[in-house]
Amino acid sequence: MSSQVRFTDFKSDKQPTWCPGCGDFGTMNGMMKALAETGNDPDNTFVVAGIGCSGKIGTYMHSYAIHGVHGRALPVGAGVKMANPELEVMVAGGDGDGYSIGAGHFVHAVRRNVDMSYVVMDNRIYGLTKGQASPTSREDFETATTPEGPKQPPVNPLALALASGATFIAQSFSSDALRHQEIVQRAVEHDGFGFVNVFSPCVTFNDVDTYDYFRDSLVDLDEEDYDPTDREAAKERVLDADKEYMGVLYQDEDSVPYEAQHGLDSPMHEVDDGAPEGAMDLVREFY
Amino acid sequence: MPADFNWAIGGEAGDGIDSTGKIFAQALSRAGRHVFTSKDFASRIRGGYTAYKVRTSVDRVQSVVDRLDVLIALTPRTIDENLEELHEGSVIIYDGERTTMQDVEIPDEMVGLDVPLKGLAEEAGGAIMRNVVALGAACAVTSFPIENLDSSLKKRFGDKGQAIVENNKEAARKGLDYVTEEYDEDDLGYDLDTTDNDYVLLNGDEAIGMGAIAAGCKFYAGYPITPATDVMTYLTGRIERFGGHVVQAEDELAAINLALGAARSGARSMTATSGPGIDLMTETFGLIATSETPLVICDVMRSGPSTGMPTKQEQGDLNTLLHGGHGEVPRFILAPTTVAECFWKTVEAFNLAEQYQTPVYLTSDLALAVTEQTFEPDAFDMDAVEIERGNVVDEESIGDHQTEQEQFKPHELTEDGVSPRAFPGTAGGAHMSTGLEHDELGRRTEDTEMRVKQVDKRDRKVATAREREDWSPREFGNPDAENLVVSWGSNEGALVEALAFLEEDGVDVRVLSVPYIFPRPDLSEEFEAAEEVVVVECNATGQFADVLEHDTLTRVKRINKYNGVRFKADELATDIKETLSA
Ligand SMILES: Cc1ncc(C[n+]2csc(CCOP(=O)(O)OP(=O)(O)O)c2C)c(N)n1
Ligand code: SF4
Repeated sequence: MSSQVRFTDFKSDKQPTWCPGCGDFGTMNGMMKALAETGNDPDNTFVVAGIGCSGKIGTYMHSYAIHGVHGRALPVGAGVKMANPELEVMVAGGDGDGYSIGAGHFVHAVRRNVDMSYVVMDNRIYGLTKGQASPTSREDFETATTPEGPKQPPVNPLALALASGATFIAQSFSSDALRHQEIVQRAVEHDGFGFVNVFSPCVTFNDVDTYDYFRDSLVDLDEEDYDPTDREAAKERVLDADKEYMGVLYQDEDSVPYEAQHGLDSPMHEVDDGAPEGAMDLVREFY
Repeated sequence: MPADFNWAIGGEAGDGIDSTGKIFAQALSRAGRHVFTSKDFASRIRGGYTAYKVRTSVDRVQSVVDRLDVLIALTPRTIDENLEELHEGSVIIYDGERTTMQDVEIPDEMVGLDVPLKGLAEEAGGAIMRNVVALGAACAVTSFPIENLDSSLKKRFGDKGQAIVENNKEAARKGLDYVTEEYDEDDLGYDLDTTDNDYVLLNGDEAIGMGAIAAGCKFYAGYPITPATDVMTYLTGRIERFGGHVVQAEDELAAINLALGAARSGARSMTATSGPGIDLMTETFGLIATSETPLVICDVMRSGPSTGMPTKQEQGDLNTLLHGGHGEVPRFILAPTTVAECFWKTVEAFNLAEQYQTPVYLTSDLALAVTEQTFEPDAFDMDAVEIERGNVVDEESIGDHQTEQEQFKPHELTEDGVSPRAFPGTAGGAHMSTGLEHDELGRRTEDTEMRVKQVDKRDRKVATAREREDWSPREFGNPDAENLVVSWGSNEGALVEALAFLEEDGVDVRVLSVPYIFPRPDLSEEFEAAEEVVVVECNATGQFADVLEHDTLTRVKRINKYNGVRFKADELATDIKETLSA
C-alpha cells in the first residue's frame, strides 16, 4: 500500500487559512510526509487535533480525524488507539492547548505511553485568540493581557515529559523540512508515546521567537556525539537553561506501549448480534 | 401488606457492617426469600455511623419501610438512630461486654439479647468474626436455618481458604447456640420461611455494568466518584473476558474524551460519573452531540450542588441533563426505575446511541446504585438482549454516501436525521468530525443555510425516534382511578408498595412511572383526564414536575423529598393522601 500512497494523499481540498509564512505549514507537511513514509494511508490513519491555529491541522489533512475541544486531544487519541490498535494515531495541537488547559492530560498521556505520536506546534503564543501569552512564553514577553510579561517562568515541556516517564522526547523546527520530517517519523515509529515539540513560529503575533531566532540558536543533536538512550544525558539537555536542542532527546528502546501491557490487540468495533456468549455467567455470579 | 421482616446491622464505618449485611442478605436470597437492602452511610472510611438494612419477604419487596424487627447494634448510637423504627417486640442483639455497650438501656417493650459477640468469636478462632456470631444469633431469633448462612460465608471467605470458612461457620453456630440456650423461645418470635425459588441479588451499579457487557460495550473510561464507582469496579476484570477494556482516567474530562475516542473507533463505549463529573463532562458532551458520536454517559445522581452530600440520595441533576451545555443539542435521557431496569435501560441506551448517533444520558441515582434487590434470573434474560447498530456502512455500501469526488458524507442530510457511519479503517470513509458547525462532509462552515440544515437534521433524530420507539411509561395501580401519581427513577418501588397502604385507607390512584425523560411520553391526555396529578421526586424544586407542567399546560401537585433519604413506602402513602386532600 505504501508504495502507492503519496504524502499529498493526506492533504484535504481545503486551503489553509493560516497567515502566509506561519510555521504550521511546514509542521503539517512534515507530518504528512512522515505518515506516508511510514507506510500509512488516510483510511488507516486517525488524526486528533486540538484547538487553536495549530488545531486547524485536522481540517487541512485528509484521514479519519476529530477536532476535539480545547486541551483534550490526548485522551481522545488514546481512546481511539485503545479501541483500534490497528490505526495509526497522531495527535496535534498548540502549546496553549497542550501545556496550559491540557497540561494535566499531557502528564498522564506520557505516563500512559499509548502507541501514538503527539506533535505540539509551539509558537510560544496564543495565535487564534490573537496574541496572548502562552505557557511557553518568555517571562518578560509583553502582550495585551500581560503588559509587563507573564512574570513567571515558562513551562518546560521536555523536562515535564522526562519527569513523567516519557519513552520518547524530541524537539524539532518546522522550517528545517527534512530534519523535521525525520524527527516526526521517528516518533511515529517509536513503540509508545512519541512526543515532539515543534518550534512553529507565529509570524503575526510573536516577534521574539522567530525563524531567525530558532535558526541561529537551535543546537542539532545530530551534530554532536549524542546518545538518545542515555537518560542522564537527556536530563542534562532538557534542563539546560542556556541552549535549546533539535533532535531526539530521549528514547527508551525497551518501551512497551500501553496496548501491549493490557493485551489490546484487536479492534473493538465488532459486536455480537445479541448478548455475548457466556453472558449468562454474569447473572449466575449473583446467586 | 405482605408479611415482611426487617433487619439491620449498624455500627461505625470500618466495623465490617457492609460485608456482614451482605452475607445475611445473600443467605436470605439463597434460601428463596426476596430481599431489598438499603444503606445508611457517611462519607468517611472509619468512624461515623453506618448501617446496612435488609427487608425480606417470601413475596416481592421493592422499597424500605419505617420498621425494624431485629437490630444488631454494635454501638449505642445504632440504637438511637433507629429508635423510631423499632417497635414493641423488636429484638436488639448487642454485646454488653463491649466497653461502649455496657451502659446501654434497651427500652422495656423491646427484647434485648446480650450476646458476648467478641468472646464467642475468639472461641471460634478470632475476634474479627464478632459480626458473624451476631448473624448466628439472628438465625436463632428468626428460626432461619443456619445452613443457608454457610453457603453465603463460603462465597464471601472462600478465597481465604477452607479453614477461614470453617471458623466462620463455627462462629455463627456459637451465636446460634448461645441465644437458644440463654433465652426463652417465646421472646424470639420471628419465623423466616425458606422456599425453593432461585433468586439473584444485585445492586443498580452492578446491573448497569452487566447491561453494558450484555450490550457489547467494549470500552469504559471513568474517574472514581460515589455512587458511580461500582459501575467501574464491576466492569474491571469482567469486561476483559468479553474483549473489552476499562481505563481509570486522570479526571472526568479525560474519561469522557477517552470514551469519545473509542466510540469514534467504532467501539460501544461508556463512561459513568455523578453530578460533579457531569459538570466537567458537559463541554465535551456538546462535541459528542454535534459530531454525532454514539456514547452512553451514565449519571448516578447524588445530593448536590457542588460536593453536596456525596453519600445521600437525590434526583437533582435533571435540569442539568436536560439543558446542560452551551448552545442547543439533542440528547436522549433514560432513567431506570428498578435495579433490573438499570440493566435493560443500559442495553437500550447503547442501541439508541448507535441508532441515532447521539450521546445518551443514563440517569440512575444513589438509591438504585446501592440497593441490592432480588430478582428471578429471567429478569436478566440474556437471550432477550437485542443489538441495534444503526446505519453503519462498509466498503461496499459506502459508495452510496459519497460525493462525486468520492468524499464520504458523515453528516449526510437524511430524512430521519441519521447519517451513515464509517468505522475508521473503512476504505473511502476518511472524514473529519468536529465541534465546529459543518457541512455534510464534516467540514467547517458558517454558511447560514447549512447551519440551519444541520441543526434541523440533528433535531430530526429525536422526532423520528419519537415515532419509532415506544416511550410509554410503566403503569401501576387502578387505570380508572381519578387521581394520578407520576414519578421517575428509583421512586417506583416505594410508590408501588404505597398502593397497598393507600388501598387500606380507601384511596384509589393510578401510577405512571416514567423511565424516558427525553424524549418523553406525551401525558397530556392522562393529565387532562385526572382530577388531580401529583408528581413525586427526590429534589426540592420539582424539576420533573416543571417539565410536565410545561408539556401538558396542566398544574400539578408535588411531593418533594430532599433530605438525602429515599422515599419509604408507608411514608409516601401518607404524603400522597395528604397532598390529594389538600
Ligand atoms: C474552553 C475554551 N477556552 C478558551 C478557548 C479559546 N481558545 C481558542 S484557541 C486558544 C489558544 C490556543 O493557543 P495555542 O494552543 O498555543 O494555539 P495556536 O493558536 O497558537 O496555534 C484559546 C484560549 C476555547 N476554544 N475553549
Ligand atoms: S496567527 Fe500565528 S499561529 Fe496563527 S496562523 Fe497566523 S501566524 Fe500562524
